Amino acid sequence: MTTLMDTVDQPSLGARVKQRISSDERVMRVCMGIIALFLLVAVVLPLYSMMAKSMEDRDGAFVGLANFAEYFSTPSLFFSGINSLAISLLVTFIVIVTAFIYAYALTRTCMPFKWFFRLIAIVPLLTPSLLSGVSLVYWFGNQGIAKDMLFGETIYGPIGIIIGSTYWVFPHALMIVITALSITDARLYEAAAALRTSAIRTFFKVTLPGCKYGLISAGFVVFILVFTDFGVPKVIGGNFNMLATDIYKQVIGQQNFQMGAVVSVVLLVPAVIAFTVDRLVQRKQVALLSARAVPLEPKPDRRRDMMMFCFCSFVALLIILMIGMAQYAALIKFWPYNLEFTLANYNFDVANGGGWDAYHNSIKMASFTAFFGTIIVFFGAYLLEKGRGFAIGRGVFHGIAMLPLAVPGMVLGLSYIFFFNNPDNPFNFIYGTMTILVVSTIAHFYTVSHLTAVTALKQMDDEFESVAASLKTPFYKTFFKVTVPVCLPASLDIMIYLFLNAMTTVSAVVFIYSSDTQLASVAVLNMDDQGELPFAAAMAMMIAYTCATARLLHLLITRKLLRRTQAWRHR
Amino acid sequence: MNEPAESKKPYLKIRALTKNFGEFVALKDISLDIFESEFVCFLGPSGCGKTTLLRAIAGLDIQTAGSIEQEGRDISGLPPSERDFGIVFQSYALFPNLTVTRNVAFGLENRRMSRDKVSSRVTELLSLVGLPDQGDKYPAQLSGGQQQRVALARALATSPGLLLLDEPLSALDAKVRAHLRLEIKDLQRRLAVTTIMVTHDQEEALTMADRIVVMDHGVIEQVGTPRDIYNRPSSAFAAEFIGTMNFLEATVSASGEVSLGDHRFRCDTSDFEVGSKITLSIRPEDIVVDEGEGNQQNTVMADVRYIEFLGSFCRLGLDSAVFADSDVRADLSIHMMRDRDIDAGTRISVCFPENLIRIFALR
Ligand SMILES: Nc1ncnc2c1ncn2[C@@H]1O[C@H](COP(=O)(O)OP(=O)(O)O)[C@@H](O)[C@H]1O
Ligand SMILES: [Mg+2]
Repeated sequence: MTTLMDTVDQPSLGARVKQRISSDERVMRVCMGIIALFLLVAVVLPLYSMMAKSMEDRDGAFVGLANFAEYFSTPSLFFSGINSLAISLLVTFIVIVTAFIYAYALTRTCMPFKWFFRLIAIVPLLTPSLLSGVSLVYWFGNQGIAKDMLFGETIYGPIGIIIGSTYWVFPHALMIVITALSITDARLYEAAAALRTSAIRTFFKVTLPGCKYGLISAGFVVFILVFTDFGVPKVIGGNFNMLATDIYKQVIGQQNFQMGAVVSVVLLVPAVIAFTVDRLVQRKQVALLSARAVPLEPKPDRRRDMMMFCFCSFVALLIILMIGMAQYAALIKFWPYNLEFTLANYNFDVANGGGWDAYHNSIKMASFTAFFGTIIVFFGAYLLEKGRGFAIGRGVFHGIAMLPLAVPGMVLGLSYIFFFNNPDNPFNFIYGTMTILVVSTIAHFYTVSHLTAVTALKQMDDEFESVAASLKTPFYKTFFKVTVPVCLPASLDIMIYLFLNAMTTVSAVVFIYSSDTQLASVAVLNMDDQGELPFAAAMAMMIAYTCATARLLHLLITRKLLRRTQAWRHR
Repeated sequence: MNEPAESKKPYLKIRALTKNFGEFVALKDISLDIFESEFVCFLGPSGCGKTTLLRAIAGLDIQTAGSIEQEGRDISGLPPSERDFGIVFQSYALFPNLTVTRNVAFGLENRRMSRDKVSSRVTELLSLVGLPDQGDKYPAQLSGGQQQRVALARALATSPGLLLLDEPLSALDAKVRAHLRLEIKDLQRRLAVTTIMVTHDQEEALTMADRIVVMDHGVIEQVGTPRDIYNRPSSAFAAEFIGTMNFLEATVSASGEVSLGDHRFRCDTSDFEVGSKITLSIRPEDIVVDEGEGNQQNTVMADVRYIEFLGSFCRLGLDSAVFADSDVRADLSIHMMRDRDIDAGTRISVCFPENLIRIFALR
């Protein structure tokens, strides 16, 4: 084997070879650095200033953990934590069970009208979480039509929070569970049938284990969403305190920024833990996914299909009742005394919470967020996935990109006050502008968009970049000629995701909007605060119409695109 | 071209190349010369490091230590875009959203070539790989074999000095594979482009390569022409991996003689001391059936356990006390089978010709 070796010019063994960095690679790393810098300014540094603030007194002197000591010795504040935990666990349980049965019906049965149930389930995604609160007031509030169904209990409190939260987090859980149920391998069921395993045993031995990770993951997502949500408890929570509303009250009500920061840290910790565990769990799910599974074709079973149909109809009915009441309230003259129809409630300019300007601002903000967000997120994911070498830098970038998912919107918004409102900050000039709203919203929803982009990019052959390098084509040419066109559907998905969330989000922006940049979702909150419930309902419905239109547009464009590119996508 | 003279200057010079993935050593101290216009195959079982070596040569996954020179230029640390090679992968890696023409033109479009020149070069390449009329189709509309031809045309478009092929035929079905094998070889000979192909298929390597580099567990086991490697394997691994080989445990009983139990065979034992335990090997086609009673030199009486019909010849499974538990197979022509009237259960005398027995250290 050594016949061809001339030992003369053999280099000393063990001299580690370092690859010279190509100019392409250098440009890519610089770009990645710029996006990392963006995330640093938009997420990491604000969080840091918030943590610093939590250890300062009102004059800005460092006091260590004194604020935390005060927090934990204030019973009312401490009990908010307990309340948040209890409510979140309860909602998680209800939502996971419901979502599992609903998803099971959609994926594993021959229930009729599946398309309808799929459609109706995403409705809550099109509205701000506040809408459920507003709607519940009309159903069960002091003048609610179904008030008696509560047997004297009040809706303003845990009951309202649980119902309202369940409504708006349901689709989030449902999507994860559907995915988990869709990836199961039909061959497992054939094997079970061949072994004459009973249906119930098959369910517990095959179905449940198969989507176990999906259920756990959905559980964590729901938990974080409810634990950190602020809209529903704000509108329907009454005197029932939760952590997220505490922050709002401390900061907006009492201008006690230090205590707001302390509560934020307390809110951040469980969210980060839940997030980390979820990441670990999902890593296992990926391993399941990679197996070449045969998709399962459900077989009809009249009794089961009918039962599932009834269950799904019930859930769909609740969703329709919820959004239907909001729409009805928006069109009524004077609840509950004058039930004539009117469009007066859409005349937002006479309301106190915010006029049509707020709506227009929202459209602007959502469009900017969708446009710039998609570019930043997709390009960042591309640099991460398709660059070569630089493992440490890449790892750090990925870590920062994952961080926003663990940061509750309120915490992010509050951090922005501390960070950007500081006159010494060179970015201080964006405070109070549209820019800061766009930046915060991109940052807030960065992770899910990032993961969508990464998934799409991972599906592309890694060797494209190798081939392009061998042909000495600069990376940006390959990027624009191949990567972008192939990933266009995923980019559109990211775009609509960012748009919908930007339209409906309240939690982060509520701390940083200014009188010039009032937003529709915040207006709903303020109108509710001012007792202008019909306006709030109408504004929430405006958001819903807009989101539904955007979603429809997205669907049409995607479909058209796929048809046009049919030739190269399918055989 | 077949037997490169040692004095000739190598085109590619690999020295002491090592690649670690963490603790795992994927390539261990690889040194190899490849000459201009040569077709070299890296052959070895899956996981032995062939792709790793190819990617190191391309600069796609840089080696941990060691050097590579191409045409006298040290390219050890250069990024792939600064090296001179074209590459074809098992997955084709054709850009799905570009037509065949644009795929082939991909590397030409940023070379300040006029549009006409690009288009005439693409036409030339497509007819070279036998796809003159498929330019407007998308990759997904072509068969696997056609896609691989496009990939080949794309890799050759910029006239690289070195063509790297990583299992280019493994994803294709047997018929297409055999056909494309010949075509690639023919194309390579005509263009005289230095080529390295990775494969785990010995037949592919034997038919296509000028020289074969046999690899196992990250080291080179043997380098040589297909004939060399087949006839004079330097290790039991190479002997077994390429072609079929019978192995029997034996002891060197005297100079020029080995023993299996009481039975003795004459063969070349020059590399071994008397008394060493060795593996005796002989290819099935080298075993001769003779008329004797098993009492001549190097002859054993054996029972035919089974007959495997393989078209132009038959493979016999042989049983004998001398072979103990080893599985010994002999290939016999159809003529011989007919003449001798051999059937399962027939007792025959088989001879291991002295000059065709090879012995290796015990594995
Ligand atoms: N990126 C990697 N990380 C860790 N181990 C690797 C990596 N790439 C290859 N290996 C290991 O190196 C060995 C050689 O791989 P490879 O060169 O792909 O083999 P093959 O001869 O089949 O082409 C294998 O054992 C493989 O598991
Ligand atoms: Mg390989």
